[in-house]
Parts: sequence; structure tokens; C-alpha cells
Amino acid sequence: MSIPPQTVPATLLVPPVRRSFLSGFGKFTLSATAIALLAGQERLALVGSAEAKTPNNDVAILNAALGAEQEAIAAYQVGATSGLLQKPVLDLAVQFQGHHKEHAAALAATVKKLGGTPVEARKTYTFPVEKLKTQADVLAFAAELEKGAVSAYLGAVPILDDRNLAKVAASILGDEAMHWAVLRNALGQNPVPTAFLS
Amino acid sequence: MKHLAALAATAATLTVGAGICQAANGDPVHGAQIYQRCLACHSLEHNRSGPRHCGLFGRPAASLPDFNYSRAMKATGLTWDEATLDQFLENPLKAMPGTKMAYAGVKNPQERADLIAYLKKATLDPEICK
Ligand code: HEC
Repeated sequence: MSIPPQTVPATLLVPPVRRSFLSGFGKFTLSATAIALLAGQERLALVGSAEAKTPNNDVAILNAALGAEQEAIAAYQVGATSGLLQKPVLDLAVQFQGHHKEHAAALAATVKKLGGTPVEARKTYTFPVEKLKTQADVLAFAAELEKGAVSAYLGAVPILDDRNLAKVAASILGDEAMHWAVLRNALGQNPVPTAFLS
Repeated sequence: MKHLAALAATAATLTVGAGICQAANGDPVHGAQIYQRCLACHSLEHNRSGPRHCGLFGRPAASLPDFNYSRAMKATGLTWDEATLDQFLENPLKAMPGTKMAYAGVKNPQERADLIAYLKKATLDPEICK
């Protein structure tokens, strides 16, 4: 996107920027060049750039993933503090929770960068705590969440408009699939039961 | 909101004919496996990042008072049945632009039929959906 500024139609210079900002999203999008011209007006530029690229749902997709990550963090908290996990499984759970925290932080930062508002974690989560009586119950519960998360990312990758974001989602998917495999292994199950995930 | 109108209209015409035959073709046992894909965000009995599914059939879209739906979902005026679910689940963001259910969808028609057959039973399960 290196069109020299002088080729930009006059109408894109300054006034429409303000109008587009006030007239709501989706009606008017800024060209990359117009955004470049906004250098120094960070706030507007950021909104503009998100809108310019956003006839898509990337923010909603990242927010949906963020919601699942927040739930996973809370679930591992329940597991780690249940008193049911023994070392080294406990260390593993804490490590996996750490990954989910990193995923959540990266997703929230990206939503913000795209001009969206990251979803907040729920105040309470309903987990089947009454069914968690042994270490194996906790591991099976965590494995189910990890498998669900893999499916959610699989559902996100093909619809993310920005291919770099799709790559990030795929990289998180890989991490969570590894969690799933390790948890299954700890449960004495076939760690990698299928050639394809769905 | 053209998509929604179309979806509602199609739903109305499909309910009578296709609805029945989908239910007949769907395999709820296989559908339970497909439903695992939904478990990142949904459960039958609890709200998670997605709304609970107990009592889904015959329920108007966005009708749980304790779930914070998108404006798009609230505005549809749809009622969930085989036909509306089939269309929504194939490609949620296309069927309902602006929905918070950011998921590619279940593209395979047989998988969708199986999933819907499963949902039809499971969302009425007296053990889970008290
Ligand atoms: C990434 C998270 C996510 C995944 C995966 C997901 N959903 Fe959803 N679902 C949501 C959210 C969030 C909503 C609320 C949508 C809105 O308000 O626009 C929703 C809404 C729904 C609704 C409407 C319910 C109502 O009360 O009106 C149905 C039906 C539904 N989902 C079915 C499914 C099925 C079946 C699957 C699996 C194939 C699935 N969803 C996968 C997040 C998800």
C-alpha cells in the first residue's frame, strides 16, 4: 500500500474522516492511504483501519475464542485448587492454565488493536464440581474442555478474514491439541485417537 | 436483514416437508459426537459463552432471559426447529450476520441432520434438563 499521497482523491482528505467516524461503522471505510494520512491521529487511525478491513467478523471470532479461554482458565483453577491433583499432574495443570492465560492476553490485545472491546470473563462459571471426585475426573473434565477448544479454533480458522490471525488461531489450536493429548495420556487413554480433528 | 427474512421464509416452507424427513434421516448417536464440537461454548444445562440448549426446540431465538444475546439474534424472530437449526448451523455468520456465534458451521448435511436428531432428544432429556 504505497500509493503516493498526491494520487489520493481530494475527498478523502480530512473532512470525510470525521464524518465517517460520526456516522457509525460500516457506512464508510477508509482506504489504507487515507489511514496513512492520519498519522499522528492514532485514535481515529486505529478505528479507521479496523473498519477499513472489517466487512468481516474477526473481532467477534476472537472474542468467542477469548470467552472459551477465560472459561478454561477458571476450570484449571478449579482443578488446581481441588486438592485432587497430585504432582506431577498438578504442575502440568498449572502450566496448561498458564498457556490459556497467554492465549487470553494475546486475544484480548488483538481485539483491542482491531478497535473492538474484549469480552469480560464471566463472574461465575458452572462446572460439574459435584462430579469431580478423583484426579481422573478432573483430568477427564479438562480433556473435554481442551477438545472443545480445539473444535472452536477449527471453526474459527476458516472464517478469520485476516490470514495472520488465522495463523495465530492455528498455533493456539496446536497448543490445545497437545494439552488434550497429554491429558488423555495421563488418563491411560490413546493420546492421539484420530488422524483428523473435528 | 435480508438474510434473516429469507431464513425465516425458508424455515416456514421447510418445516412441514423437509423437517420430517431430516428427523427421520438423522442418527442421534452420531449426532452426539458432532455435538462435542459445540462443547467449547455450550452445554445442555448451563449457560457458558453460548446459551444452554435444554428446551431448544420450539423456543424462540434469543429467549433465555439470563443470557446476553447479540442484537442480531434478538432481532431474528425465528423459532428453533429442524429447518431453522439446519440453516443456522450450516453457516451461522452467513445465516445471521452479526451473531456472536463465531463458528464456521457444520457444512456436511448428514452431520447436521445427525446433530439435530441428537439435539431433539438431548434437549428434552429429563435427567439433564430438569
Ligand atoms: C465459539 C463458541 C461457539 C461454538 C463453538 C458454538 N456456539 Fe452456538 N452460540 C454461541 C454464542 C455466543 C451464541 C449466542 C449468539 C448470539 O447471541 O448471537 C450461540 C447461540 C446458539 C444457538 C441459539 C440459541 C438460543 O437460545 O437462541 C444455537 C441453537 C446454537 N448456538 C447451537 C450451536 C451448536 C449446535 C453448535 C455446535 C455445532 C454451536 N452452537 C457451537 C457460541 C458458540
